[in-house]
Amino acid sequence: MNKEAILKDINSKFEKDIISLLDKSPTRVYIDIKPEAITKITPYVFRNLGARFNIASGVDCRYHMEILYHFIIEDINLLISFRVKLDKKKALEIDSITNIIEGANWVEREIHELLGINFKGHPDLRKLLLPDEWPEGVYPLRCDYKEWDKKAIRDRGV
Amino acid sequence: MAKRTIVPIGPYHPLQEEPEFFTLTVEGERVVDIDVRVGYNHRGIEKLSEMKTFDKATFVIERICGICSTSHPFAYTRAVEDIIGVEVPERAKYIRTIIAEGERIHSHLLWLGLAGHFLGYNTVYMWAWKLREEILDVMEILSGNRNNYAMFKPGGIRRDIKAEDIPGVVKKIDSIVPTLTMLKKAVIDDPVLHARTKGIGILSKEDSINYCALGPTARASGVARDIRKDCPYGAYDKVQWDMIVTKNGDVFDKAVVRILEVFESIKIMRHCLLNLPSGEIDLKLKSIPPGEGVGYIEAPRGETFHYVRSDGTNRPVRHKVRAPTFMNLPTYKATVVGETISDATIILAAIDPCYCCTERVAVRNIKGKKLYNGEDLIKLSQQKTEKLKDKMK
Repeated sequence: MNKEAILKDINSKFEKDIISLLDKSPTRVYIDIKPEAITKITPYVFRNLGARFNIASGVDCRYHMEILYHFIIEDINLLISFRVKLDKKKALEIDSITNIIEGANWVEREIHELLGINFKGHPDLRKLLLPDEWPEGVYPLRCDYKEWDKKAIRDRGV
Repeated sequence: MAKRTIVPIGPYHPLQEEPEFFTLTVEGERVVDIDVRVGYNHRGIEKLSEMKTFDKATFVIERICGICSTSHPFAYTRAVEDIIGVEVPERAKYIRTIIAEGERIHSHLLWLGLAGHFLGYNTVYMWAWKLREEILDVMEILSGNRNNYAMFKPGGIRRDIKAEDIPGVVKKIDSIVPTLTMLKKAVIDDPVLHARTKGIGILSKEDSINYCALGPTARASGVARDIRKDCPYGAYDKVQWDMIVTKNGDVFDKAVVRILEVFESIKIMRHCLLNLPSGEIDLKLKSIPPGEGVGYIEAPRGETFHYVRSDGTNRPVRHKVRAPTFMNLPTYKATVVGETISDATIILAAIDPCYCCTERVAVRNIKGKKLYNGEDLIKLSQQKTEKLKDKMK
């Protein structure tokens, strides 16, 4: 399948879940989807299209949290990024895709501790990069994080 | 039920960066479960990079890794160029390729040497590192530094390669090929190394895909994926070279992939040096418009991925860095379980992470009688090789 066929296929299969589609360049596509659709789209992209899961990157925007799921289809040199926007007024949570792709395990753990997004159904949401004694509810990649916050970085007697 | 023992490995090792902490659960000699804890060296570089200008961020992320120091600036500059939608000049592309390949050669040789050391083959260790010195000298001639080359900037490169340096460099690269061929034969044909590494720590093709493994780790399992071939960047589409793929996925195959890749890298580097086009090396970018971009390149250990978002100011608002080991590390779950402790050292090393694990190891059984440290574990591994050698005599 070439790029046009794949985009057409995604469009027709997940018509209700796609909010918008941006065809940025020959090798890059950004697709905005509804948060609840990620567990539907991921198996299709991963298994049927043979894509590899690169990474998910979380961004703290003013009114919403954004997660970008990057998938690359190496056969045709196409990078598809699925954008999910989580409203900050509601609970920050999304379904986990670790049950579909084992490689997403650490990625979700990282976003969970750095941005405070809860991944529903993740088998093991322990801390990955931050120390165990890091205080609860302090997320370093959020915009409102203060670097030398006393609550955040405690004197550990070093 | 057999008695289970927990073997902690880690958390810090000065030999290579990235300290990790492994908890091996063993029954007798067999590993039945493994858990990994990382983050002891978490420096918050993503956050730090957001406080720097686009130009300065290049230097910060060059310090992420000392071994593959070029791969991060390479991916980052590609991400920034993706925001603007520009291509760098042809000459800059070639020089970027040369630096990236030089780095791959020395990184693979470093791994090969350390792997030899941990198996008790110090000859391999000495030879591989001797060859690596030659490459580091070449890099010093080309960039002025043995490591952390600081050659990259958004829009091009920082320093040109002088025409009068090229013949000497090519001669130097050619001079290591005969020794490297000898080393290749010594490693690939050695019966003891076969016994120690073949069929050990197998990562199946399915597991490799499911764990999203990258680079040589995936290619050793038969996944024919290489960003340099699939999504060409730099000058890789203008050079004839082969992707090395093996199908067994064990430690031996991972070593073979790396050794053969060194030859390909030499080929690429040589071609680029001899066919260096003339022209500009820098686009002289003035400002970065709002937008987002991704850059991905094949680092020595696999694909490095950077995501950069700009809001039109001189700093990135978000800079996401994904190093290849982040995806390769979790494959331990698939490779170490079921193997013996003496093999665990080399399996943990086979994906070329960092050896931070192996030195500070304490092995305790439940009654607290035994206490091994990292040196004992290396000894254990080396003794196994000695025993095998005696058997084969």
